[in-house]
Amino acid sequence: MLNVLGTPVVEADRVTVAIAGRPVLRGVDVTIREGEFVALLGANGSGKSTLVRALTGLRPLTSGRVRLFGTPLHDFREHARIGFVPQRATAAGGVPASVREVVASGRLTRRTPLRPASRADRRAVQDALELVGLADRAHEGVSTLSGGQQQRVLIARALAGDPELFFLDEPTAGVDLPNQQALAGALRTLSERGATVVLVAHELGPMEPLVDRAVVMRDGRVAYDGAPLSLDAVHGHHHPFETTHDHAPHVGSPLDRLEGGR
Amino acid sequence: MSLLDLLALDFMQRAMLAALLTGLAAPAIGTFLVQRRLALLGDGIGHVAVTGVALGLLTGTSPTWTAVVVAILGAVAIEVIREQGHTNGDVALALLFYGGLAGGVLVTGLAGQGAASLQAYLFGSVTSISGADVWFTLGLAVVVLAVTLGLLPQLFAVASDPDFAQVAGVRVRAYNLLVAVLAAVTVTVAMRTVGLLLVSALMVVPVAASQQLARSFRATIVGAMAVGGGAAVAGLLISAALSLLPSRPTVAPGPAIVLLALAMFAATWPLGVWLRHRRRVLAPFAAEEPVRHEPADIHPHQHGDDCGHPAVQHGDHVDYVHDGHRHAPHGEHYDEH
Ligand SMILES: [Zn+2]
Ligand SMILES: [Zn+2]
Ligand SMILES: [Zn+2]
Ligand SMILES: [Zn+2]
Repeated sequence: MLNVLGTPVVEADRVTVAIAGRPVLRGVDVTIREGEFVALLGANGSGKSTLVRALTGLRPLTSGRVRLFGTPLHDFREHARIGFVPQRATAAGGVPASVREVVASGRLTRRTPLRPASRADRRAVQDALELVGLADRAHEGVSTLSGGQQQRVLIARALAGDPELFFLDEPTAGVDLPNQQALAGALRTLSERGATVVLVAHELGPMEPLVDRAVVMRDGRVAYDGAPLSLDAVHGHHHPFETTHDHAPHVGSPLDRLEGGR
Repeated sequence: MSLLDLLALDFMQRAMLAALLTGLAAPAIGTFLVQRRLALLGDGIGHVAVTGVALGLLTGTSPTWTAVVVAILGAVAIEVIREQGHTNGDVALALLFYGGLAGGVLVTGLAGQGAASLQAYLFGSVTSISGADVWFTLGLAVVVLAVTLGLLPQLFAVASDPDFAQVAGVRVRAYNLLVAVLAAVTVTVAMRTVGLLLVSALMVVPVAASQQLARSFRATIVGAMAVGGGAAVAGLLISAALSLLPSRPTVAPGPAIVLLALAMFAATWPLGVWLRHRRRVLAPFAAEEPVRHEPADIHPHQHGDDCGHPAVQHGDHVDYVHDGHRHAPHGEHYDEH
């Protein structure tokens, strides 16, 4: 395995989640290490989104344990280290909001209530907008953007808090190919900076070359955990272990971080 | 007595100050209610507060104080019911609303007071505002404004995306309760000018008017405060001016204020419809390549800057929307995109 020596960032230990009495996750064990780019794959209803909600504390565990950066989830307070990109439905509310306003709320993990935004806060928002290529749309209403652009806004919001660990819940669902490519570009930059990425996806598309490791969920359990497979294998057809790992060697990435890391 | 004489009166000046602050505070908190699609929360709290007023009349304490306490209790109850997400949450809220209104009327009767004394609280009344009431209103309105605007980033995050806010460490439940309590305080503040039955309108209608034109949350809240403050002061003046007519009609300020706010909505709404239509027509097409090269049929018309067809960005060029087709210039002809 790659990154065997990395510090565990996310540890899920026999995680079980029941929703309205029905078990949705059953005894899930996953450990994600610093710098990994993990794709959580699976069909609808396989539990992949529920797993991310359990790992971020949005969904209470029925049993089992979750640790983030070595701290039990219950005691975890370093919210600035986590960037969360929820499914897109939640982007627009009943009142107009500008792209910059939405992205700026990603900075709340580092801001003190009742204090105005500092120069560093505004800088971080601007950088995040530039990384996703929406700096020129900052003053427009979020609801006037296309679905793919709204998704990029949500990624910029997570970026603005300058986190080390990203959870992205289906960022490519319903997004056109050019926007998927823009998303993949932003995630590549993050990954190269040393961030750990946990990506829930139905299909990887342009993200595929970024993925170090695939965790395939089926019916609430981990069905496969290892090097990424081709999509056919994910969906349970033939040739299960044909690991074509053709992208840049990842043995280099821990060393890269020694000099260029945060 | 002329309107100017009226304006020189102490109680009238107090009433105008109270109306201005009410008109600013109600839409400020109302913006968050509209964002969370809880536009009728203020209405529910208003109904519950009627019982509070009645308890004040019955016990001989200031109805303003009893209304604040009961309104806050009601708002917290509504928020708890909402958060529990019961499927019959609607019905539970309705029970609270009607219980509050019926209880209020009943208790007022027990207190030996007629409908007239309650009417002043239901639809507002300038003349009933005492000096002490004004300071109370001022104080509460300033608190509501300071907290709402000071915590705007947090309240915005919680109202627009609670899941994200929670993962970011913002205490979603505490902020939702804070909004409910602020809404309750606002209801009590507005009780003297717009009255309990119309207070929700002052929380919601200015926001509806403002969001027709605004593109950002901040612009919406500022615009709504301008509409609310303007409508409240002007509505109060209209109600005072009408009382000077020879027939001496008594028009409560509440209805005048609300009708003015509605008029402002009616003025901005067509503009908003037009802006949204324009934005939709000119929204860029997905930057996908055309499936194949397909020249348009015989095409005598020349598309250009002001040819009358919307020019919509498509990747690195524009498509002209023409009779349901998308025509992109290509050399001497147009392509179907
Ligand atoms: Zn034309
Ligand atoms: Zn085109
Ligand atoms: Zn044409
Ligand atoms: Zn052509």
